[in-house]
Amino acid sequence: MRSIFKTGAAALAAATMLTGVAHADGHSVSGPLRIFSDMSNPAPRAVMEDMVARFTEANPEVEVELVITDREAWKTQIRNVLQSGTADVVNWYAGNRMAPYVDAGLFMDISDLWEEGGLTETLASTQGSMTMDDGIWGVPYTYYQWGVYYREDIFEELGLEAPTTWEEELANCEVIVESGRACYTIGTQFLWTAGGWFDYLNMRTNGYDFHMALTAGEVEWTDPRVRATFENWQTLIEMGAFIDDHQSYSWQEALPFMVNGEATAYLMGNFAVAPLREAGLSDDQLGFYQFPQIDPSIEPGEDAPTDTFHIAANAENVEAAEAFLLFVASAENQTLINNGDNLGQLPVNANSQVDDDEFLNAGFDMLSNNATGGIAQFFDRDAPAEMAQVAMQGFQQFMVDPSTLDQVLMILEQARSRIY
Amino acid sequence: MFPRPIEQASPAMRIGYQMLLPFMLLVWLIPLLAVMWFSVKSGDDFTQGNYWGWSREGLQGFANYWMVFTESDMPRYLWNSVVITVPTMLGAVALSCMTGFALGVYRFKGNLLIFFMFVAGNFVPFQILMVPVRDLTDQMGLYDTRTGLILFHIAFQTGFCTLFMRNFIRALPRELIEAARVEGVSEYRIFWYVVLPLMRPAIAALCVLIFTFVWNDFFWAVVLTQSPESQPVTAGITAFNSQFRAMYHLMSAGSIVAAIPPVAMFFLMQKHFIAGLTLGAVK
Amino acid sequence: MTTVMTDTPIDSKPPRRVVSQQTIAPWLFLLPAFLFFATYVLYPIVQSFYISTFEWNGLYSPQYRGVDGFTDQQCLELGNRAGREPGCELTGDTVWNAEYVGMENYRNLYTDPFFWTSLKNNVIWLVLYFLAIPAGLMISLFLNQKVVGMRLYKSLFFFPFVLSQVVVGLVFSWFMLPGADEGLLNVILGWFGAGPVNILGNADTATYGIIAAGLWPQTAYCMILYLTGLNAVDPEQIEAARLDGAKGPKMLWYVVLPQLWPATFIAIVVTVIGALRSFDLITIMTNGGPGFYNTSVLAFYMYDVALSEFGFRMGYGSAIAVILFLIMMVYIAGFLWKMWRDEKG
Repeated sequence: MRSIFKTGAAALAAATMLTGVAHADGHSVSGPLRIFSDMSNPAPRAVMEDMVARFTEANPEVEVELVITDREAWKTQIRNVLQSGTADVVNWYAGNRMAPYVDAGLFMDISDLWEEGGLTETLASTQGSMTMDDGIWGVPYTYYQWGVYYREDIFEELGLEAPTTWEEELANCEVIVESGRACYTIGTQFLWTAGGWFDYLNMRTNGYDFHMALTAGEVEWTDPRVRATFENWQTLIEMGAFIDDHQSYSWQEALPFMVNGEATAYLMGNFAVAPLREAGLSDDQLGFYQFPQIDPSIEPGEDAPTDTFHIAANAENVEAAEAFLLFVASAENQTLINNGDNLGQLPVNANSQVDDDEFLNAGFDMLSNNATGGIAQFFDRDAPAEMAQVAMQGFQQFMVDPSTLDQVLMILEQARSRIY
Repeated sequence: MFPRPIEQASPAMRIGYQMLLPFMLLVWLIPLLAVMWFSVKSGDDFTQGNYWGWSREGLQGFANYWMVFTESDMPRYLWNSVVITVPTMLGAVALSCMTGFALGVYRFKGNLLIFFMFVAGNFVPFQILMVPVRDLTDQMGLYDTRTGLILFHIAFQTGFCTLFMRNFIRALPRELIEAARVEGVSEYRIFWYVVLPLMRPAIAALCVLIFTFVWNDFFWAVVLTQSPESQPVTAGITAFNSQFRAMYHLMSAGSIVAAIPPVAMFFLMQKHFIAGLTLGAVK
Repeated sequence: MTTVMTDTPIDSKPPRRVVSQQTIAPWLFLLPAFLFFATYVLYPIVQSFYISTFEWNGLYSPQYRGVDGFTDQQCLELGNRAGREPGCELTGDTVWNAEYVGMENYRNLYTDPFFWTSLKNNVIWLVLYFLAIPAGLMISLFLNQKVVGMRLYKSLFFFPFVLSQVVVGLVFSWFMLPGADEGLLNVILGWFGAGPVNILGNADTATYGIIAAGLWPQTAYCMILYLTGLNAVDPEQIEAARLDGAKGPKMLWYVVLPQLWPATFIAIVVTVIGALRSFDLITIMTNGGPGFYNTSVLAFYMYDVALSEFGFRMGYGSAIAVILFLIMMVYIAGFLWKMWRDEKG
């Protein structure tokens, strides 16, 4: 607790400094600032409330009105909030998920803020994912790695090592299935988890650039290379790698399978670590490995979804909103909010410290040194909304019944020709 | 009496029937009983996959319900539901008393046409209204407010209430109204002092029905509200469930809590409720 | 009652005023409700028809005007940066950026496989929902006795109807949880050596699972209608028929059911409406899945393409709503025609 307070004070000083940068004429920001956030889960909510408190402390003239809505509900409700002009700052996601609001003129272009605030240097790694149509549309506040979280203890018991190649992966899985377990737990009821599997299989089978071309609608879904990705997936499905009835579980409902040892691994974002620990798994039992290589000639691409803050184009208090965005992206604040006691994710600012946590370190190391193919956002953030919707339904359908592959690809191809 | 009263059957039949009743009821309510069972179990039961067995730490009693009330937005959602439902009930019933009176007592050109318009409006699929109503509410600055929902519900429920009220007033003895007119009582006073007192049973029945309908509405709650400040419990429970995903004990307790008010209303006002629902089921 | 009765002694009020009062009164009484109804029901129906001829993502853009030497055109060209330019201020109005496409949305519907899936499911819903009527009749016959505690039994059989569809959906999805020891349904099937089944996770059975959930409250409603109807059945006719030797099913068919016709009629009306409004249960239980909209119906598909997480097609959604409305209109017209006949009769 005391340490947080200290860091808070440091962040406070930094924020005041930064607002000085943003407003060269030296006047402080003031007035009401309306922030709509989707950080509704208990830990992120505390982080958000704390961040607002610290911002208000640094800018006593600003009265922040914070509205936190349910994260799932926010995905549809952001539209109304942006149109009704009731918000200055909103939470959203990077990549193509920004497109509808950029196109409709509802997000404010803040490229000059990036220049003035020095974000182009400190946030260089995420600038690409925030850029669209020659504008920069927000600032990221956190990102996290995806990868395979597995039961180290069960692997040891079966005499297995974390796989690095597809052959090892299949050999491992065979042993696991023979021991009466599933290799992977997954819950595809809300579809996106299957999107993660497709991302990785496609990036490992065909490479990052091909994956980006596919999500941008430049490749036909009936292309043999896409088929190759699905064939690799089918190999896993048919050997019984995935748990049964995954289409009826949410990602949280799939956790107990791993906790109970009925499944040995989970391809998931780093946010899965906290509930796994809460369910009683120690760090000795939990391990992490990068999704294994399939084609040795292909550089590995990784999913690292980025969550963001944006200024509404019709914001009433633009200056305070800018100050808040700079505050969020500042190195100290990034260090603080992403540490293990708070979000437990990776800071976006190059000058921040990554918290000393086994999984954060592994993820940071992987994204910095082993993601030479490129970093993707996630299927539903890289593809346009409608394509994401229909494709992820198709992934789920395929996972439930691989024999429908031809029909699935045909439907996706029809959708592609209509959407792009 | 049809079927033949059981008292006239053989003793064996009677006993059999008495035994069969509770058994049938049990079968009928089994999904609900399952949820009640979930709601008194402990969280560990579900993480350990013990869904149906006896709780290892013993049953929770009301602990889960206490959690729902103290550690979630549920009380707020319930309150929102009350704040949305009660004014809607009053508004729709008041308006339909007037329309029912106008359509039931007077003969004028277009009477049936207007009546049919209300009836047809009550049957239209919601979806045809969704996009424009959402826009309208947004433009009035009432998106994500309880007022926005109230206004829409009043308008929509007026169709059903008018159908109900008009038929009810049609069945009232007309002599009273004629007599009052002969006395030279103004139309407004006839409505207030002659007809309205006779409408009490209909008003009671409608209040109970509208309360239940509006309380249970999900579609408009999803379309017109978004934040815990304004969401009624039907929409709120989905947020509640995503907060407690996979914690069946809490989700079950939450659902039961959300269902209690209309159920209580029904048991308290059963006669009116059934009278309202079955109006016209008897010639 | 069209004109004032002329043979009444007129001493208190001049007749003309009475006439005018009686002519104006109904309109005054109708006015407030009519305004509400026109704003929220009638006009939106017209609007939906209109929007269905546009392609529109459902978003309005903020509108700016130029001040301090800036022109409106300059602000327009600034696009999303206008808000940061002191020379542009918000007008408070919005721009509706929709593109007129005529009948395009309807043509697309025709070739949209998901639309047909949804329509097919609507038909399945409609057909199977009618099971609520005989089921409700059976239960009402079973319960139509005078034994101790009968009132409570009747209430307990009926009260599922009072639960919101959201709660019913949750209750049934937990009842049908997959896995041998999760959902009670599979536990019970296990006692008989059957299962486990994953009803909601299987594209072939999911729709039936949701309909089963919907039938539960709907059957309760039909049951209460019939119980009320049975109360009013003429005992003399029954006795007369008994003397003629009519019993059981025969009696039911020839003597009782004709007298229950009003109850049956209402049961049909509410069942059709219930079947076509089946949005809540689907959203809660399967969200249209598994796979490609396998449990979707028009009401759900419309919401999904227009307002869901990935749905931005308001024009297309409105076109679906219009189709649903037209289907419903056939039925509404039939209902009104019957009412009109009753009024005239």
